[in-house]
Amino acid sequence: MRRLASSLGLPVASLVVAGLVFGLFILAVGRSPLDVYALIWRGGFGSGFAWQSTFSRAAPIILTALAVAIPARMGLIQIGGEGALALGGLAASLAGIALSGAGSPLAAKSLMLVAAMFVGGLWIAAIGALKYYRGVNETISSLLLAYIAIALFNHLVEGPFKDPGSLNKPSTLPLDAAHMIGAIPGLDVHWGLAAGILFCLVAHAVLKHTRHGFAVDTIGAGPRVALLAGLPVGRTIVAGCFAGGAAAGLAGGFEVAAVHGTANASLIAGYGYTGILVAFVARHEPVAIVPVAFLFGGIGAASGLLQRRLNLPDATVLVLQGVAFLVILAADPVAEMVRNRLRSAPA
Amino acid sequence: MNELGLWGIPIAMLGGALRVSVPFLFVSLGECITERSGRINLGQEGTLVMGAMAGYGISYLSSQWLGNSSLAVIAPWLGLLAAGACGLVLGSLHAWLCSKPRVNDVAVGIALMLFGTGLAFYLGKPFIRPRAPQLPSIPLGFWSSVPQIRSSFNISILFFIGAALAPITLWALNNTRWGLRLRTVGESADAARAMGYSISRVRMGATALGGFLAGIGGAFLSLSYPGVWNEGLSSGQGLMAVALVIFARWNPVNCLWAALLFGGASALGPALQSVGVTSGYYLYSAAPYVLTLLIMVITCSPSRTLAGVPGELSMTTS
Repeated sequence: MRRLASSLGLPVASLVVAGLVFGLFILAVGRSPLDVYALIWRGGFGSGFAWQSTFSRAAPIILTALAVAIPARMGLIQIGGEGALALGGLAASLAGIALSGAGSPLAAKSLMLVAAMFVGGLWIAAIGALKYYRGVNETISSLLLAYIAIALFNHLVEGPFKDPGSLNKPSTLPLDAAHMIGAIPGLDVHWGLAAGILFCLVAHAVLKHTRHGFAVDTIGAGPRVALLAGLPVGRTIVAGCFAGGAAAGLAGGFEVAAVHGTANASLIAGYGYTGILVAFVARHEPVAIVPVAFLFGGIGAASGLLQRRLNLPDATVLVLQGVAFLVILAADPVAEMVRNRLRSAPA
Repeated sequence: MNELGLWGIPIAMLGGALRVSVPFLFVSLGECITERSGRINLGQEGTLVMGAMAGYGISYLSSQWLGNSSLAVIAPWLGLLAAGACGLVLGSLHAWLCSKPRVNDVAVGIALMLFGTGLAFYLGKPFIRPRAPQLPSIPLGFWSSVPQIRSSFNISILFFIGAALAPITLWALNNTRWGLRLRTVGESADAARAMGYSISRVRMGATALGGFLAGIGGAFLSLSYPGVWNEGLSSGQGLMAVALVIFARWNPVNCLWAALLFGGASALGPALQSVGVTSGYYLYSAAPYVLTLLIMVITCSPSRTLAGVPGELSMTTS
């Protein structure tokens, strides 16, 4: 229990500091930080309706955060989740169109999600393979692949697979109503949330209790050691990246099959980038991702309220995320400094 | 491009290369200096966007303030300076965070990428509409009467500054005390320590200078070409420039050639569009990313260390 408290203490403290630094920024641009905090609370966490919106946003964030966290545990900092999400969503949409009119909705839904996971998984697995077999820096290649994925997505959605009826916003053909994934009973939040939490629990179990998880953490500690220990380093890296990419692809799959009903530019909403931050705040622990995703999902949900009530630009949330990211990274060394001070201070 | 027919494509690409290459050139020169000190700054993308916003905003505000006075011509230059200063601050922030123990420079870079873009979008909202005075350019197409050629070869003064800076940087790296200190710190921190150099101070200077140059590159985007400020202004140029440094083998003059190559690839989409090829626009616009990735795949190797890589740089070892 004490260990849990001390491992929670630092992230919570740094989030509080991030909130304060962000408050200073709001003060500097001539607004009241208290108003902003109050609106974030109201828009993200203050009511049942707010929580619904928070949960719906948290679902893709949980999954894109996993796409960062699993490779990061092997020492690969990949940040291309946005691209895997877009292509996963497109794959789900195309599978849905191909299965249009198919008799079994359950089979159609499952196939759409499997297609999304498969495509997202391949996209991120390629990053792992390039890293292991060619030594290509994964951070750069992942962002390049994200740009390529989004270009490919736009090309296909506005070209070969465009629904001729979608004039203002180029989209693929809409899914059959019967093939849309519904809400979790009693919550009014789509099943992507449950899938995300389940994915985190499974990832936690695999990482903590199987030899695959042992291989992942050993590679994270140093690939040379892992090679000497006879672990299948290349296979583990590619498979781990595939799992992460499958999570990001699944996020896109749910956005299509449960939210939009079609693949269009609404999919590219920055969930992949929020996922990077969430994974780092959660220190790449799958289970810790869930509450952190609720927090940042809620902040995102409050964004509209901030714009309407205080006339703040939509980039306000981006500033808060950037500040939080910097503070989280500074937290470790600062905490160590404080600890050393306390230790050397006379009792 | 009717008058030129298909010749329009290579001419538009060449003209495009000379223009589009400038942000690549400045960011990669800056990143080259930073990486030669043994640290990688992926936050250059955020710095580029921040520089674009600051340059445009200050150019606009100072032109309002100076009004019609004869001093008004310096407005875009003040913007350029402000962009560099923003880059300097962001670079210093990166260096300061990374100088702490157990802080990963790649993670700090990602954080600064998000922070810089977010802050630029926030502060840049009021500048999306007004027109800011632009940096001057030199009409190298004066010999032609074809308007397309004239406009293609209207080259920004920043291109010439950057092109001159590349050999100067190379010379300074190899022949000055500053260059020696930088290279020593980048090759072996232990050796640098033994010689009494302050590693964190050298890296601080190199990262701040790298940020300054990236900020200038950003100002080019908003004050020269395309010459506006909006949120879609940069689409990964800052990041591609980081990859370009690897391709250039950490040599500033190679950065110049690589920037021209990337500029040409980026100009492919618009060049084809100008002669009426519009289908597959998104695919052509992805050409520079594909090119970057291909170059990385071809030039990297899992087994041997890359030629020219600074010994302290963590990115290319596994």
